[in-house]
Amino acid sequence: MKKILKNDAVQSLIASLLCIILGLLIGYIVLLFINPAGAWDAILAVLKNFLKTANHARRVKLLGATLVRTAPLLMCGLSVLFAYKVGLFNIGVAGQYVAGVCASLYAALAWHWGWLPCVLFAIVAAAALGAIVGVLKAYCNVNEVISGIMLNWISLYSTNMILSKYKEEASHYTLYLSKASPKSILPGAGLDKLLGYDKVTIAIPLAVVIAIVVYIVLNRTKFGYELRATGNNKNAAKYAGMAEKRNIILTLVIAGGLAGLGGAMLYLTDIERWSVTQTSVPGMGFNGIAATFLGGLNPIGTIFSSFFIQHITDGGPNVDTTYYCAQISDLISSIIIYLCGFVLFLKTAINRGLARSDERQAAKEKEAAQAAQAPKPEDVPATEKGGEK
Amino acid sequence: MDSPYAIEMLHITKRFPGIIANDNITLQLKKGEIHALLGENGAGKSTLMSVLFGLYQAEEGIIKKDGVEVQIKDPNDANRLGIGMVHQHFKLVECFSVLDNIILGVEPTKNGFLQKKEAREKVMALSDKYGLSVNPDAIIEDITVGMQQRTEILKMLYRDNEILIFDEPTSVLTPQEIDELMQIMKNLAAEGKSILFISHKLAEIMAVADRCSVLRKGKYIGTVETRNTTMEQLSAMMVGRNVNFHVEKQPCHPGEVILDVKNMSVASKVHKKDAVKDVSFQVRAGEIVCIAGIDGNGQTELVYGLSGLEPLKSGSITLKGQDITKASIRKRSTSGMSHIPEDRHKHGLVLDYPLEYNMILQRYFEPEFTDKMGFLKRKPIREYAERLIAEYDVRSGQGPVTPARSMSGGNQQKAIIAREIDKNPDLLLAVQPTRGLDVGAIESVHKQLVAQRDAGKAVLLVSLELDEVMDVPDRILVMYEGEIVGELDPKKTTQEELGLYMAGAKRDEVKA
Repeated sequence: MKKILKNDAVQSLIASLLCIILGLLIGYIVLLFINPAGAWDAILAVLKNFLKTANHARRVKLLGATLVRTAPLLMCGLSVLFAYKVGLFNIGVAGQYVAGVCASLYAALAWHWGWLPCVLFAIVAAAALGAIVGVLKAYCNVNEVISGIMLNWISLYSTNMILSKYKEEASHYTLYLSKASPKSILPGAGLDKLLGYDKVTIAIPLAVVIAIVVYIVLNRTKFGYELRATGNNKNAAKYAGMAEKRNIILTLVIAGGLAGLGGAMLYLTDIERWSVTQTSVPGMGFNGIAATFLGGLNPIGTIFSSFFIQHITDGGPNVDTTYYCAQISDLISSIIIYLCGFVLFLKTAINRGLARSDERQAAKEKEAAQAAQAPKPEDVPATEKGGEK
Repeated sequence: MDSPYAIEMLHITKRFPGIIANDNITLQLKKGEIHALLGENGAGKSTLMSVLFGLYQAEEGIIKKDGVEVQIKDPNDANRLGIGMVHQHFKLVECFSVLDNIILGVEPTKNGFLQKKEAREKVMALSDKYGLSVNPDAIIEDITVGMQQRTEILKMLYRDNEILIFDEPTSVLTPQEIDELMQIMKNLAAEGKSILFISHKLAEIMAVADRCSVLRKGKYIGTVETRNTTMEQLSAMMVGRNVNFHVEKQPCHPGEVILDVKNMSVASKVHKKDAVKDVSFQVRAGEIVCIAGIDGNGQTELVYGLSGLEPLKSGSITLKGQDITKASIRKRSTSGMSHIPEDRHKHGLVLDYPLEYNMILQRYFEPEFTDKMGFLKRKPIREYAERLIAEYDVRSGQGPVTPARSMSGGNQQKAIIAREIDKNPDLLLAVQPTRGLDVGAIESVHKQLVAQRDAGKAVLLVSLELDEVMDVPDRILVMYEGEIVGELDPKKTTQEELGLYMAGAKRDEVKA
């Protein structure tokens, strides 16, 4: 039993599940506090998301909608994860995601490019944003969190400005791609028919493939070897002659590219349109941070955690607003997501608990062995005590 | 009860896992005296002071103040008993003024507002009384290290401490500042303060202390009155005469010059003085040269400069006739330099990597381990690790896949040594390669160093262990305060002579 518990993957899984349960519990308590009558139903609504409807076709379609949004979330999660493996906290992921949205929509609406060049353009734009953070970190030792957060806002307002030329006259949303540039929309490749929802595209399998690629790069290549060494022990990496500055920049470029790809994956499906008057950075990037940690800092785990987080985010609006105000859905989802960040903390706690129980057991065995040997057992506890201090 | 002693530490024993740091040590500090505590690195001085300061609890022994037994459970207890300490690394808030630092933690307040005026008067009175002449409004980061130290002294005096501990107080000072500090310490003692002076510099102990207690390898050696003793006698007490073991080796046959260092200086990270000052030396093929010295005399920075971890301030390094002064760490490594680092956890290993990944840390990029696409070749890596594990007898729970973190210190060190030696270097930099190892492991490391020498490699050993310094190398260079102050032949010199050089009591003009 203990052996299984000591396995890293098992620990991550347990910690992640505990986080989810804890998040649900606290969310439930908050709901009870506000209005006990609808609390249980509300939590169930959040958890059920697409499962709440009895109609099979509609259920599948809603699942498709969640999956469409899971793909970009997974990319943001991978972006955060990639940087984290090198010891960098890429909170600029939100801005890089927005840059990807901006570049892909601009290429589509202004230049009517096909979907592939639009996607590549998004990756390049977001990677460039990542490069700024990387260069500042590597050469000027500017904290990547600070410069990342600052760039988030620059990225947001630039995007609003750039895309305002391509908005509908009657609203503050950008034009429908289906009308303005149909060839920029990502191909469905049959998946749309399978799930009965035309917004389902190759973005979903592509995101999963990229998660696997990220896993392979990190664990099987020389580049990944260097990156993880740098993240685990910067001094040892330096001692081994690894090019620290180059690796920092490259890491943030790749992290930016991943986030930018995520932006393109969502907006090139036409499921959402960009509001050029929005004044807050979309939550997608920040949710990516939670997805990374809930996924146990593992690319494969992040696939599942992204889905879960998107699942409850989409389930939020199902909360009955006769009992609660409209904001409650976001509040409950964000409480759960917030708790998702506690995975590492819980993992440490599990480890500490295990170590302590090991110690106790070892002490007991030692005591027993000494008691069996020692002629005067009353001496034993005294020396034991001394040894522990 | 009237006791002549301000503080008595009687029969103190403090154990750590695997080591007895203090073994039945007794230290008695008389009122109004300056009492020196002398010992090598690892002799147990710091542990003893930590016990007195409440940072550790002794397993055996008692502490008495003014003849009354006291319990010191944490530093607050120590403060209440009037025990104050000037740490080797000052504990000051850099951007605060001298006055603010002095009152920090004991700020006089009235209705929640600071009353700095009284504090200032008290500080100035103390400063005048002991001739400290500090400016209370100066900002810490703007003033000299000597002034910072006086701020630390004033902190103790402001708290009305009676027992003052100085931990290696002169290591960061200039000679003039040292003279002034000595005078200050004498003034303090004359006013009735009792002073414990931790040092390994014999000249200073002879100059300022009334009595001196000596520790060696956790044991109490004795207490002497400084006016009845000599530096030689203290040195002998400090290092002891017993040599534990001998390294079997043939006479050396030095060949061509492998490493040639000329006028090398390296800046210090801690203070404004250079850590390495204008050092020149050579290491030839087939010889072991040892840099000896007490910790903190520039050895670490010297190695950083050689390995490329820190840039040189001036001077040049030549490896096998090739100028590597500005070469990258990787270039130095591929040019034939291997480096067994001083701190195996900081530099030597990626603790969360499995052993096999640590074995290739210096070579992972070579075609043997990485294919053209940039993928790691897992099978050759595994086989290479298995070969090193077998050849160098590295023991671990699960072989190549054991996380480095879970291995014992000795086997971690063996893994590093295996990696660095198997690289087949021309120059092997071995920095404290036996630190923290048991006797058996030490012997095997020494044998490997000698084997490298006999295979015609140049070996530069940096060591703090006197036994190792006397036994392993063919030549000894002694470093003191960033300079090489002597070149000794280990066959002709004695530990006492070496001790005098190391403590700065003796020096030659050494030619390059």
